[in-house]
Amino acid sequence: MATRHKWNLILAYACMLGATTSFLITPKFIGKAVDKIAASYNDGIIPTSLIIETVIAIVLLMSIRGFLSFWQTSLGENLSHKIAYSLRNKFFNKVQTISFDFHDKWHTGELISRAISDIENVRMSINMGLMRAPYFIAMFVIVSILLINLHWMLGIISIAFMPIISFNSINVRLKMRQLLRKIQITTAELSTISQENFSGARVVRSFASSKYEQSKFDSKNQEIFYQTIDAEKLRAKNATFMRFAFTVSIGIVLLIGGRLVINNELTWGELTQFIIYMQILSMPVTMAAWLVNAYARAVSSGERLFEILDAKSKLKESTNTLKIEKSNGHIIFDNVSFSYDKNISIIKNLNFEIKPGEKIAIIGTPGSGKTTIANLIPRFYDVTDGKILLDNIDIREINLNSLRKNIGLIQQDIFLFATTIRENIAYGKENATIEEVINAAKTAQIHNYIETLDKGYDTIIGERGTDLSGGQKQRIGIARAVILNPSILIMDDTTSSVDTETESLINDSLKTIMENRTTLIISNRISTVQKANKIFVIEKGEIIEEGRHQELLEKNGKYKNIYNLQLKPTENKATTTINK
Amino acid sequence: MKYRPQGTSTDNQIEEIFGKAYDHKVISRLIPFLKPQKKLLLMAFSAMLIFVITQSSFPYIIKIGIDNHILNQDIEGLTWVFIAFISIAFINWVSGYLQEIFASRMSQGVLQNLRSKLFAHLQKLPMSFYDKTEVGRLMSRMHGDVGQLQEVGALIVATLGELLSLIGIIVFLMIMSFKLAIITLIVVPVLFILLIVWQKLAKRLYIENRISHSVTINNLAETINGSKIIQILTRQKTNMNSFDTKNSHLLKTSKSATYVSSGVLPGVDFLTSIAISLVIFFGSKMIGQSLDIGVLIAFVMYVQRFFDPLRQITMSYTQFQRAMASGNRIFEIMDIEPDIIDAKHCKKLTNVKGNIEFNNLSFSYAANKPVLNNINLKIKSGETLAIVGHTGSGKTTLISLLSRLYNLPLNNGSINIDGINIQDITRDSLLDHMAIVLQEPFLFSGTIMDNIKYRLTEASEEDVIKASKTVNAHQFIKDLELGYKTPILERGSNLSTGQRQLISFARAILSNPKILILDEATANIDSTTEDLIQKALKNLVYERTAIIIAHRLSTIREADNIAVMDQGNLIEVGNHKKLIQSNGLYKKLYDFNYDSIEIAR
Repeated sequence: MATRHKWNLILAYACMLGATTSFLITPKFIGKAVDKIAASYNDGIIPTSLIIETVIAIVLLMSIRGFLSFWQTSLGENLSHKIAYSLRNKFFNKVQTISFDFHDKWHTGELISRAISDIENVRMSINMGLMRAPYFIAMFVIVSILLINLHWMLGIISIAFMPIISFNSINVRLKMRQLLRKIQITTAELSTISQENFSGARVVRSFASSKYEQSKFDSKNQEIFYQTIDAEKLRAKNATFMRFAFTVSIGIVLLIGGRLVINNELTWGELTQFIIYMQILSMPVTMAAWLVNAYARAVSSGERLFEILDAKSKLKESTNTLKIEKSNGHIIFDNVSFSYDKNISIIKNLNFEIKPGEKIAIIGTPGSGKTTIANLIPRFYDVTDGKILLDNIDIREINLNSLRKNIGLIQQDIFLFATTIRENIAYGKENATIEEVINAAKTAQIHNYIETLDKGYDTIIGERGTDLSGGQKQRIGIARAVILNPSILIMDDTTSSVDTETESLINDSLKTIMENRTTLIISNRISTVQKANKIFVIEKGEIIEEGRHQELLEKNGKYKNIYNLQLKPTENKATTTINK
Repeated sequence: MKYRPQGTSTDNQIEEIFGKAYDHKVISRLIPFLKPQKKLLLMAFSAMLIFVITQSSFPYIIKIGIDNHILNQDIEGLTWVFIAFISIAFINWVSGYLQEIFASRMSQGVLQNLRSKLFAHLQKLPMSFYDKTEVGRLMSRMHGDVGQLQEVGALIVATLGELLSLIGIIVFLMIMSFKLAIITLIVVPVLFILLIVWQKLAKRLYIENRISHSVTINNLAETINGSKIIQILTRQKTNMNSFDTKNSHLLKTSKSATYVSSGVLPGVDFLTSIAISLVIFFGSKMIGQSLDIGVLIAFVMYVQRFFDPLRQITMSYTQFQRAMASGNRIFEIMDIEPDIIDAKHCKKLTNVKGNIEFNNLSFSYAANKPVLNNINLKIKSGETLAIVGHTGSGKTTLISLLSRLYNLPLNNGSINIDGINIQDITRDSLLDHMAIVLQEPFLFSGTIMDNIKYRLTEASEEDVIKASKTVNAHQFIKDLELGYKTPILERGSNLSTGQRQLISFARAILSNPKILILDEATANIDSTTEDLIQKALKNLVYERTAIIIAHRLSTIREADNIAVMDQGNLIEVGNHKKLIQSNGLYKKLYDFNYDSIEIAR
């Protein structure tokens, strides 16, 4: 890959060299032609053959230049596309393989914006830095030499303005960057206002606050107007000044060059060359500022991009891992501790055992660390201390994929992909037959619903497809886990965002699924955990109570407390007395 | 409502990107937005005219300097030409600057106005519109399409400018030498045709490239969103392969787009060289007779300027098409009739006692699918009513109608507050006396303080703290490092759902409403927060009329009255004791709620 890029680049440079040479020689021939024509004032009509020669040379040179600049541009652009392609692939692979702490840290919106605009910025800067910049610099240097060579004094006079113009416009460009960044920020604020207004339409209407919303929107909108006008003024001031300076220097060339021609120190053809070269020169000078800006943008985009691409996954897979086929589902937490960063420990010295086929439940308030336990078993995070054993093997010694294939994890928020129901259910088992899909759907009690849809299992779901209710999504999530036939099932707050009726439907479906599997149920609802073989009550990363439902109620501790709160309204509690 | 869902086929996508270059409907709708900018538009045009004339006169002035003065060895005359040249350059500078400033002021003005009008229009649209429309789609109208459309003004100025400068070049050529001009201009139509053909080709590839890009990016975005479940189900390899296919296709289309976009270069260079050659060849024949050497130099300079205006003109066609497509989408939304929010005879509601009456209320969102059937219900001032029932029984619709989120059509019964039909009350004044807490807490960006105040920006800090104390939110807010100044991160991700809901409660109570509505407000929160809310409930409903939709028994049991709904019908009303005794649906729901525990015993 890399060598191919190298050859691509060398070829592009060769084309650039050829194109630039022929481009810069052309004015010489035009000048020659003018000289011959001027000579006819003295010598009479010049023979056609003399002119034809020059004319053919011009057409040839320009055609070569056109041809080569086509290849120069194409090769340069294509190189940048190829690099963008491999950056996108790397990005994709990074986000889908890196450990969960990365995704906890990064907003999805931020990642998507880096994947889109930063890759594009880097791509453009490749073309800019490798192709455009050398091209412009070479052009400026060569033209300057040619002009000075033609007539050193007039040459120096005609290029004297250029450094000033370049320097000025680079300055302006950098100021412009700040202005544009300000506009960007205000624009982002404006879109937040409208985004929140649209997604919170119900709230906005309930509070009758459309006037307030409109005034918020209008003031930001106004701000953008003034900021944009400021930026436009700066840009126009610079661009028009640059043009003026160029025109003036052409005027000076005309004045001084004219005198030189009158004094016979310069030929007609040379004057013509001066004028044409001056027109050519305007390009690299105007582009200098643009290049500086592109460079600055590329650097910041590159930094942002490599922050992602260089992110290290916290999981380290050792080389001699053991591939397991079907595990027995025997899990032991041996003195397990976990913390995201060293100061705050999430889980402290956790010890418990889940025997094959057992149903264990963990109950606790948000932030107690119960979800972390669920994520440690499939190694979405690694333990900070202690170890987790599966069938008496430390899970860090098991091949990661084979470990995860043995675990079915059902999350609270079910993320479904924008594709058919069938493919969503078979997401983890791509070669699944339609029978397997239907069976999984039946077990998850969602088959009947799918059958009522016009396209059945081929119905597209997700943002642009059919809307599903929370409970329906949840059951597809269950079917997706069931089809894997995992020996370990982990349900992480699976039913906490559905209403009671749906919960009972889902619980019905879970009954069959849990048979013959090691099951870990994580919840903050008594109704979900009560039937487990054993319930652990977790607080601040530690087990504070354990036992069966009835035993825990009799203990009259934290569990009983939660129970009272959720289900049994006690008369003597002032809390629920609504009557005045 | 005519709101086209987005198709997935390529044809639809093309239509979405490009419309007709001139769409009378869009232009006529756009004119009112251009009207306030009439003066600026006129000034921009005048400045542009001066700019174009001066700009295209430079080679001509050079020609005068050469032919009239250098050839005649007239240094004094040459100096005068130089002075004239510099003066014109100065005029050119000023007019160029003014043209750009006027044009950008104009188009920014149109943009600002369009955005504001669109936003205002969206505020007037009924809730049912938002139920059906994705937020992302609205955002792309608001920010993408409006931007495209406002460029029409700038585009008209730019295209006209290029057209004029092309005419200017041709006029000067003709003045200098009619014969040579005609010969040289032969290349213009050829160049023009070349550019049109190239544009067509480029456009097709551009579309293909764009579609391929969005397919690839969508896949990437989906993977970012679903990265956890992908790892849970270990599908990285398959996903990588299918992404690589899309990514490779993107690379392929990008390459072809590159070839085509740079493919125009040889053609343009070739034709330019032909034009220069024509000038030199035929010019040399005419030298000394009908023209002088300065004409030749000026011609060479002009010939190199053909290309830019021609390219701009061919490109603006495509740009017009895109702007029209955007315009169509924007005006499609602007054409959706807003609900008439307040009829003319509506009065402001003052001094509310809080007696609520539903009389023979029926309602449906779509024809033949009644959501509410002849509901009759009275809530006395200061009382608490709980509503229970299965999902889809009409509970939420009932309160949406009470808060006039949806308008009640004629002959569907009435809702009265203190004996006044709410259709005769202005909506804003009605809602001034009412507060609703929804199931999903929704917070805006800003601080916690901003969120509790929300539209009551003039509320004092004491009032905010008082409201927070009433709903038991003060403690947790105080414990945050920045207290009430804590900024709300994206979607409130730095707070738990329960904490966000507590803030919503404080926001609702701040205006001290006479009527309080809780729509499943405690359904999604953890038990600790629920405990806090339960404890606050007594204070919340004190001296207020309250309607509470809930499925937790503790909340329902203590209500003055419980309304049981089933499939749009009100089937039971009474207090807990009475309803348990009557052994109806309430009893069933009640038992069911307990069942899940009792079975385990």
